[in-house]
Amino acid sequence: MEIPEGYRFSEEHEWAREEEDGSITIGISWHAQDLLGDIVYVELPEEGDSIESGEEFGVLESVKAASDLYAPISGEVIVVNMELEDAPQTINESPFDEGWMMRVRPDDIQEFNDLMDADEYRAFVERG
Amino acid sequence: MRYLPHTLEDIESMLEAIGVESIEELFEQIPAEYRFKGKLALAEPQSELSLERDLGLLAAKNQVASPETVSFLGAGMYNHHSPHALNQLLLRAEYYTSYTPYQPEISQGTTKAIFEFQSMVAELLGVPIANASMYDGAHATAEAALMAQRVGRKRDYVFVAESVHPEYRDVIKTYLAAQGDVYREFGVDPQTGRFSLESLQKAVDEPDKTACIIYQSPNFFGVLEDPREMIEWAHSHKIQVVSCFNEALAFALTTPPGHFGADIIAGEGTSLGIPMGYGGPALGIFGCREQLVRKMPGRLAGYTVDTEGREGYVLTLSTREQHIRREKATSNICTNQGLMALAAAIYLSLMGKEGLRDVAKLNFSRAKYALEKLTENGGARRRFSGPIFNEFVLETRAKASDIVAEASADGIMPGFDMGRINPDWENYLMVAVTEKTTRDNIDKLAKYIDK
Repeated sequence: MEIPEGYRFSEEHEWAREEEDGSITIGISWHAQDLLGDIVYVELPEEGDSIESGEEFGVLESVKAASDLYAPISGEVIVVNMELEDAPQTINESPFDEGWMMRVRPDDIQEFNDLMDADEYRAFVERG
Repeated sequence: MRYLPHTLEDIESMLEAIGVESIEELFEQIPAEYRFKGKLALAEPQSELSLERDLGLLAAKNQVASPETVSFLGAGMYNHHSPHALNQLLLRAEYYTSYTPYQPEISQGTTKAIFEFQSMVAELLGVPIANASMYDGAHATAEAALMAQRVGRKRDYVFVAESVHPEYRDVIKTYLAAQGDVYREFGVDPQTGRFSLESLQKAVDEPDKTACIIYQSPNFFGVLEDPREMIEWAHSHKIQVVSCFNEALAFALTTPPGHFGADIIAGEGTSLGIPMGYGGPALGIFGCREQLVRKMPGRLAGYTVDTEGREGYVLTLSTREQHIRREKATSNICTNQGLMALAAAIYLSLMGKEGLRDVAKLNFSRAKYALEKLTENGGARRRFSGPIFNEFVLETRAKASDIVAEASADGIMPGFDMGRINPDWENYLMVAVTEKTTRDNIDKLAKYIDK
């Protein structure tokens, strides 16, 4: 199981990473993509959309199931990874790097700080 | 399927098993004020003999479009020939279901038939994807409007040409009613009978909140539209274009809507070998461009190979559907017109590409003859100048309702009285001509028009 340092995690297995400009990049964890299996389709919000912590912001479809994506924080979507539209398998291949989904301008950075760090997330996953 | 009612003993033992005294008790959760009290307004039971007599008398009131009768009725349903081989093949009971199979591994025949139907329909419409069918043309068009809203997300408005079949427009309105004020219409050029791009552009005041534009071709007046400029304009505003139709045969001779660049195509497939019936069954046809497939309603049969390389047919992209995605499904339609879709698939196979084109040509050339014949003596003139396929509107000297009354008394159905839709149109008669219409029939009709 890969859980890199410097990322924060939600209980829904989304990760969030703070960028230098204060924006937050969001994706799903290695563990989540491993559970889903081969991802064949991803539906993401559009730039300018607002997302709300705990609410759905998109859909992932794998060969096994279709699952909703839940926002780890609230904010405004500023960039969406359009590459995923044609190559959704990138999420399996590189969940923490090239498989990023979108960048968000956070409404309240405290929401980000409240997410689990790598150790807490590892413990959360191992607890099942 | 056999109908086996439960015996009193069956019911007793089932009630006992779940610990309930009576069937009535099962309904206790429904508040009393919502329960129907009193007696249902149903006729008393009848013997087989008396029921047969009553229904026979009722059926005798019908005027049937048969070889002996002369019918120029269209307005959404067309009197086409259905080859006898089709009906014979359709009698196979294995296909008697309106359901697409949940368990394709035991339903390869049905699933393959649906796959063939989809493939032929997609080719006819000029799109890469067609689904396993919908209930009828109006239903398919209304579903197309909802689909366009899903594609456009925050775009709600639906603009419909006034040249779309009035019943289709009613069904779209019903589908959108719960969303509030999102249904809009745009006008028709009174000269050509085609939709007016100018009227559309004036009507669409918030392009970024508009989900789709719906037009029909051949339209309700039988006129073929040229949607190219409109589609270009719509796409420049990211508005989806829905092309609907009620005469599928037209696409054997004219440019299919997919080739014009329409995003969603929806309409009526009864012309593909299914006899006309009051109240149906009809056949909804639905196709779209490939990028939209996950937003499409309805079932989709697909072709694949198993782990040993053997061919197989499956239901594909089921994640759109309610049994997988529950309330978030983009499709809540699990039935389709299975048997009617099979009929259309058989019809298209029997006709072949050339045969279908020949029938379409026959429709067009007879319609041209009819238009000339019915307008040559001044009893009527052509109402719209736009190009036609097999149907057209005449402006008649006499009231259309009078022509209908007089001709039908002699067993001739002269066409559709447009005054039934709009009182301003009481002198408009819409005439449909098919491969079943003979020149002799047309000459007969001319006598009533010229009276």
